[in-house]
Amino acid sequence: MTPVVVSRNEKERVLIEPSINSLRVSIAIKQADDIERILCHKFMRFLMMRADNFIILRRKPVEGYNISFLITNFHTEQMYKHKLVDFVIHFMEEIDKEISEMKLAVNARARECALEYLKRF
Amino acid sequence: MTEVFQFGVEPITCHAWNKERTKLALSLNDNEVNIYSRQPGTGDWVLEHTLSGHDLRVTGVDWAPNTNRIVTCSADRNAYVWCQDESGKWSPTLVLLRINRAATCVRWSPQENKFAVGSGARLISVCYFEQENNWWVSKHIKKPIRSTITTLDWHPNNILLAAGSSDFKVRIFSAWIKDIEPKPSATSWGAKMPLGQLMTEFSNSTGGGGWVHGVSFSCDGNRVCWVGHDSSVSVADASREMAKTQLKTPHLPFTAVTWISKNTLLAAGHGCCPMVYAVEDSGKLTFVSKLDVAQKKEASSLSAMRKFKSLDRTARTDSSDTTLATLHQNTITGIQILKGDKAGATSVSTCGSDSYLILWNFKDLPDTIADELLCHPITAWMAEPRTQSLEESIAELKLA
Repeated sequence: MTPVVVSRNEKERVLIEPSINSLRVSIAIKQADDIERILCHKFMRFLMMRADNFIILRRKPVEGYNISFLITNFHTEQMYKHKLVDFVIHFMEEIDKEISEMKLAVNARARECALEYLKRF
Repeated sequence: MTEVFQFGVEPITCHAWNKERTKLALSLNDNEVNIYSRQPGTGDWVLEHTLSGHDLRVTGVDWAPNTNRIVTCSADRNAYVWCQDESGKWSPTLVLLRINRAATCVRWSPQENKFAVGSGARLISVCYFEQENNWWVSKHIKKPIRSTITTLDWHPNNILLAAGSSDFKVRIFSAWIKDIEPKPSATSWGAKMPLGQLMTEFSNSTGGGGWVHGVSFSCDGNRVCWVGHDSSVSVADASREMAKTQLKTPHLPFTAVTWISKNTLLAAGHGCCPMVYAVEDSGKLTFVSKLDVAQKKEASSLSAMRKFKSLDRTARTDSSDTTLATLHQNTITGIQILKGDKAGATSVSTCGSDSYLILWNFKDLPDTIADELLCHPITAWMAEPRTQSLEESIAELKLA
């Protein structure tokens, strides 16, 4: 079936690829600068190394995207469909927040370090 | 009353009834078919037999009512015809399907002298019993199928076959086996009927994305209806120059459909709720009613702020609801008529991925649904006893 791309802009987009018994959702997360890029890469790596625990998470994202979910017929047989949808939506909502929070934390720490370091002079 | 039965936790992929509707064959998403019989007193289902012969998941089961034979097909590319001997034991006979992909669906013909198996090999095997060799052989319908056959239904004349496939098409084929049947008489679908003749072809959607999930011939055989993955319900009428009408619904896609009267349809699927559609003589399709009332949960003391927040985030008022409001908790995978036939059913059964089997009795629907059905002239028959009782009560009032 024809894949669908839902995008807010060039950077933030979701690719949905349906097939008769499965569905792949790939998400490209907003990465405005280098810090966000590194944070996103590390965080996604962290999640994908634990893909088994997330059940529907893929170990490798689709090219051009940061993270991929694969929902198969077995998942919909075992789990509530509306809760699976909720999970993906919730993930998308939280991930931006999470990364910007981490960015703030990194920046705050960098400022603190610089402050301590420059106190010596 | 609507009766709900659960058969474990595994999805029910398909189910079939015997002629008396006392026994039930169903497959719990594995390589076996279980036959249950209903205890007369308690109404419980007791496992009677297990038909194990397949190696992979059973994808289709059908029970021939008069000859009392069960046919099963499976993802291991085989089909078996099961016959019961005097001691009650079911024994299988292998059918030579000659396919190299999984079989997906199977249906006995109305006269029960042959059956059709749809498969992922882009062909339909029409199987019949060959007396001299004492086995079931098949003839193939290949052209012009371009994808998996997902669903099949027989025309009442025992010759024509409707097939829905994942190339977004519904096709009407002739499945006339000249070795075992006399020459068929002409129908509204066409006159020339050699085996494999494509009588007509309907496209489910021009824009793509409409795998056909269910197809059904009407009781007179002049109309065919189908449901697709683009959430549409369609009807085509051979007596009106193959006029096709389609209704795009706002619901989740349907996976199964059947006629329950001359011009009433019942469709069910991913929305977990069977729905009644009326077909007018002009072919126009209208939604009439759901068969399942959504049970409103007791509204908790939710603040307005939280309510709108949750509506905005998850499109629901209550974020803590895990179960669905419908009786079925997961996709409905099949509908079978329990009482009556396609000309007028009074009770149907649905099975779903949630392992539920639900028996819907039209004569005993909740008042809200019956009212909706009564409002529509085509579906008023489903709630008829109620109108009588209403008239009676008015008469009683007058008497008083």
